[in-house]
Amino acid sequence: MAVLEVKGLTKSFGGVRAVAGVNLEVSQGQFHSIIGPNGAGKSTLFNLICGYYRCDKGSVVFKGEEITGYRPERIIKMGMGRSFQVTKIFPRLTVFENVQAAVLFSAGHGLNFFSDSKRLVLGRTEEVLSMVGLGDRSDETSGVLSAGDRKRLELGITLASNPELLLLDEPTCGMSPVETNETIELIQRVSSEKSLTVLFTEHKMDMVFRVASYITVMNFGTVIAAGHPADVRANVRVQECYFGRENDASRC
Amino acid sequence: MGSPSEVGAPSKRIGVQWPGWVIVGIVLSILPFILEKGFSPYYLFLAIKVLVYALFAVSFNLVLGYGGMMSLGHAAFFGISAYTCSLLLVKTSCPAILAMFAGPFAAALAGMVAAFFSVRVQGAFYFATITIAFSQIAYTVAYKWRNFTFGDDGIQGIPVPALISTEATYINMYFFALAVTVICIYVVWRIVKSPYGLLLRALKGDPVRATFIGMRGDRYRFIAFTVSALFAGVAGVLYAFLETSVAPDVLSWTSSGEVLLMSVLGGMTLFLGPAVGAAIMILLSALVTSYIKYWPFTMGTILVLIVLFCPKGVGGLVFDKYKGLAKGA
Repeated sequence: MAVLEVKGLTKSFGGVRAVAGVNLEVSQGQFHSIIGPNGAGKSTLFNLICGYYRCDKGSVVFKGEEITGYRPERIIKMGMGRSFQVTKIFPRLTVFENVQAAVLFSAGHGLNFFSDSKRLVLGRTEEVLSMVGLGDRSDETSGVLSAGDRKRLELGITLASNPELLLLDEPTCGMSPVETNETIELIQRVSSEKSLTVLFTEHKMDMVFRVASYITVMNFGTVIAAGHPADVRANVRVQECYFGRENDASRC
Repeated sequence: MGSPSEVGAPSKRIGVQWPGWVIVGIVLSILPFILEKGFSPYYLFLAIKVLVYALFAVSFNLVLGYGGMMSLGHAAFFGISAYTCSLLLVKTSCPAILAMFAGPFAAALAGMVAAFFSVRVQGAFYFATITIAFSQIAYTVAYKWRNFTFGDDGIQGIPVPALISTEATYINMYFFALAVTVICIYVVWRIVKSPYGLLLRALKGDPVRATFIGMRGDRYRFIAFTVSALFAGVAGVLYAFLETSVAPDVLSWTSSGEVLLMSVLGGMTLFLGPAVGAAIMILLSALVTSYIKYWPFTMGTILVLIVLFCPKGVGGLVFDKYKGLAKGA
């Protein structure tokens, strides 16, 4: 069953068609990667799916409900979680409070004015923190964490509200190969434990082809190929978009 | 009341234990007698003024320090409440107790209106501009609408309830102001430490991330702004009772600037920082103006030094020293 269905999604900025009629289907439990060169429209597509941008045309259906035009908060509450290419955390809060804030909100404590927040949802917060491997860093101010740890923390914040679909925008951006492997393993482990569906963008091709169960390739705002890793690897248009056409060199 | 822990990055809790609060309580209880009998009623008047502005500054900081909203019009709520309460007492036969509640209620309503238009605005500069514009509307009404507000004469001789009248002694007024201030600051403290308070701080840190945990940021800001206006209004009523007069100046943007300076001076990253700032500003202004007439110049100099060398404010400086001592021990 498709968790997410995108049909004919289009968005222009001025004269630039950043996303031009994209169709996409993400089925339950998929580890679905979107790849493509810089400027292919991957991040814009994410922002359209989660309601951060309004699309010009097309529709987004999430768990059978059309969510086109919904505000992001509403989409998040329906069970979508997202992380950003440039990590977004709450820099002045401690690592613990970062996750706790998300847990408190999703547990309906948002407008609780008089309980002591130091006594609430501690167990669940610790559970999420240990899931992303930050259990022993609770008291640190999150703003001083390394890039890799910030990404983990952001993943923790995202997981705190129990999403069914994770949208991860370059989850290993700026990480060393070791950190990249750790992070991807972490995402794979968590998503299989919680039976999550994951849609992520990446630039690290070897990693994507190793771990993704399905790959969609974008270029110039459109989908140029989609399929299982082996099929995509063999696709001529994908090769052209990354390596140039076969006769490019001879034409010079 | 718990410990004044940091807004930004709460480190280990450094609690003022209950014996500490007992001592503070005893000092605050005998202080008025010492000041009035031992020195002069003027000092007691100053002490009450410190309480009034401490409440004003702490409630203002809910918006500035916790909500990250640069309001430059908060004197409007303080003043609207002072005017509402005073006008009811002077022009109608409204019972004092009702007038006392009507003031903050009016302030909260005005806060809602201002918040409705300002919380959705992105960027500190535009937020400041909108709030300053709102306060100028209130100022202009008080200044120009002579028939209704007595214009720049202000309202004189406000009939303060006999129980807290300051004609013979300031002591009753002191205890009234102390009780109201402590209760209100305690309520703000509870809000700050609540899940709502944590989410408000989170929102300040990264509004986009807040949206993507599902929060409607504008609603959280709206509530903070309204609550802040309400308590600024309570301070406004105390002010009217203490001074027994109100003039349009309380609504002016320079008054809004003063409460902002108190917060910065005392340290907006600490819960009680603004209260410390209020005490310093009021006492220093009284001291300086009794010798020289260059108070604004003095204040400006101090502020430049604070911003340059001690951006966490005086409260932050003391807190860090205290933390250092606690760690060393």
